[in-house]
Amino acid sequence: MGQDMIELKGVTKQFPGVLANDAIDLSIEEGEIHAIVGENGAGKSTLMKILYGLQQPDKGEIFFRGKAVKISNPSVAINMGIGMVHQHFMLLPSFTVAENIVLGIEPRKRSIFMDYKKAVEITQDLVRTYGLKVEPQLKVRDVSVGIQQRIEILKALHKGADILILDEPTAVLTPQETEELFVVIRKLVKELNKTVIIITHKLQEVMALSHRVSVMRQGKLIGTLETKDASEQIIAEMMVGREVLLEPLEKTTVEGKTILEVNHLKSRDNRGLLALRGVNLHVKEGEILGIAGVEGNGQSELVEALTGLREIESGEVMVFSKNLAGKSPREIRESGIAHVPEDRLITGLSKDATITENMMMGLHDQEPYAKKGIHTNKQTIRQRVETLIKKFDVRTPSQDVLVENLSGGNMQKIVIAREFAFDTPILIISQPTRGVDIGAIEFIHQQIVEKRNEGCAILLISAELDELFRLSDRIITVYEGELTGTFNNGEISKKEIGLYMTGKRKLSKEGGA
Amino acid sequence: MLGQVFNLSLLQNTIRTATPLILAGLGGLLTMHAGMLNIGMEGMILLGAFFGVVGSYFFASSFMGVVLAVVVGIIIGVIYGFFVIELKSDEFIIGIAINIFAGGLTIFLLRSIFGVKGAFSSPGIVSLPRISIPLLDQIPVLNTIFNNHSVFVYISWVLVVLTYIFLYKTPYGMWIRAAGEYPEALETVGVRAKRMKYISSIACGVFCGFAGAHLSLGYLTLFTENMSANRGFIALAAIIFGASNPIKTFAAALLFGFFDALGIRLQVVGIPSQFTQMIPYLMTVVILFIVAKKHMMQKKKVQKEEGAIQ
Repeated sequence: MGQDMIELKGVTKQFPGVLANDAIDLSIEEGEIHAIVGENGAGKSTLMKILYGLQQPDKGEIFFRGKAVKISNPSVAINMGIGMVHQHFMLLPSFTVAENIVLGIEPRKRSIFMDYKKAVEITQDLVRTYGLKVEPQLKVRDVSVGIQQRIEILKALHKGADILILDEPTAVLTPQETEELFVVIRKLVKELNKTVIIITHKLQEVMALSHRVSVMRQGKLIGTLETKDASEQIIAEMMVGREVLLEPLEKTTVEGKTILEVNHLKSRDNRGLLALRGVNLHVKEGEILGIAGVEGNGQSELVEALTGLREIESGEVMVFSKNLAGKSPREIRESGIAHVPEDRLITGLSKDATITENMMMGLHDQEPYAKKGIHTNKQTIRQRVETLIKKFDVRTPSQDVLVENLSGGNMQKIVIAREFAFDTPILIISQPTRGVDIGAIEFIHQQIVEKRNEGCAILLISAELDELFRLSDRIITVYEGELTGTFNNGEISKKEIGLYMTGKRKLSKEGGA
Repeated sequence: MLGQVFNLSLLQNTIRTATPLILAGLGGLLTMHAGMLNIGMEGMILLGAFFGVVGSYFFASSFMGVVLAVVVGIIIGVIYGFFVIELKSDEFIIGIAINIFAGGLTIFLLRSIFGVKGAFSSPGIVSLPRISIPLLDQIPVLNTIFNNHSVFVYISWVLVVLTYIFLYKTPYGMWIRAAGEYPEALETVGVRAKRMKYISSIACGVFCGFAGAHLSLGYLTLFTENMSANRGFIALAAIIFGASNPIKTFAAALLFGFFDALGIRLQVVGIPSQFTQMIPYLMTVVILFIVAKKHMMQKKKVQKEEGAIQ
């Protein structure tokens, strides 16, 4: 490993409402594979966009080979030898592979014409040099995702990249493609003296590939470790850990009969890959079942499949012995499932609407708030919303405030108030406290436990292990769309559960949940 | 009677009436490739026609007419670009605004500059030169159809080829297409997508300026209110029919020009003008319907294939 190639000092980036990067100090050494890990929203991608000139930092300095630099746009980064492979590929589907690779620095003949033949030759040369096989004349839309990634890497190398930034490169790859990618990365570093920065939240990849690892959480850089001195557990704790001492919450109810049962559920993700590979689980009255897993292992797809937002390929969703698989979200809601979605800004709320409008969604056409489903009754609506605002402690000057003007915690309370007030026997709650301040977290936790104590069956999905351990009666672990374990709370430590979350260990009793 | 309709002048007229469609079509397909559906071509043509007359009349030079038409085209192109690219306004609304603005402005200026209502014609307006191709006049049929047209007829043909080469054989054309397909991809390789969009928008203004100048200075030398007569929209139909490809758009423009000419010929043999004037627009609707139908069939087929894979 060589000297510092890039050094970031105090890099800070503020977006409306979030501090995406908070005084980040980071150094990248020449010839290393440096992993940057953190949960979604920890600020990894923003940091890399700053390094590539796509975002400008509000504060802080960037040094390149010891010299202070200002990376005002991607051209500057490219000239410095920084190349980036974006999470969402920056390829033109209707252009050929060769055209994509030379885009921006096309070979020319008679100075104004594109020399396509030369572009094909360049591509073939790159294929030979780096051993990444691509077909230069194919259209990008006709090649697989794995090949598209190769094209992105070749494109960056062709532009003279010495440092390659790979943003979540394995998120779209099959395990085989991932393995091939790792071989390529190791070769680039060892034989061709490139430096690689890889952003990921998959810990086994960090352990398998990197020399050093930097952990980010909520916009801060928690620390940089030599990978050989680290373990998945240590990194996971740094990633997830929240140093808040919370009071235990009492359980004042006995568990009743099973009212939600999922059998052999299979469903595909947006790329058409199998995200749920036959999931079995059940939730009883008065029970909180927590789902633990590293993000992207099928949790989101599970919630969407259960709430009717995602097509189910096969399997059953039994609620009170009635199969809801294939039913619409509305039918599912009417059958007794309320849903707090993982992303309040996209699926949870309409941020351009008022608190009142958001809180009435789903009830807006029901008696007594709407007479005959048409005429809305302002009086009863205002009363209901007023009660909910008080009960769920939404801090707002009035109920006519637009939701976008509220803090994350207050937004989340609105979603929770609406969903909890449906008084359904089953609640599916996803990431209830993501991006919420600590006071609101405590309040939301109390509300969830209270619901359970009233006899509600709750399925809780959270990326925060602390939260799962605090609230759940039972925890199941998922890894790559399969259940790897089921535990009563208290049976297992956080360290141990990490092994199940990363697929290192599996309980043999299939479908025991 | 058929002989009076289907004769050489029908083809000669086709070439004449297709020219503004070709020119505006080329301009519009450039913005289309850059990701902007420009419905303001109608207004751009109208302004080009008006300022072509202004330039030609006051400078006693058809060349100056074209220059003025082009300058106005550039200005409108920049305005359209500024609103759509910079301010991210809805491209439809800006297009409509340009059309309404052009209609009102030309009527207003017609009165305040020339002091007339409805139309302005004067011997002082210098028409564009006609081109006589030396050897062609020896060949009887081709001579009638292709020779002695106004200069923009030939320029438009050259521009078809140049636009095609520009779009598909030069890096700049590639960038324009990339700016429309996936602007972020272009930005990340260090080319400004916005700049490419502006270039296409301005080029569209220039081409529409040509189209307008051809209308008012090509064969007739006059300006009448609303003389663009929806040619901007028919050009748009030609672009859609031609799948934004310059050669195919050229062919589509010729087809629409043919129906336009057919309408004129039918009038000659005494068919009511109310009916004949309908023909080009009616055919536009019919052809667009066919295009849409074909498109839907293709989509269904693709869906079927994808379904089979899964």
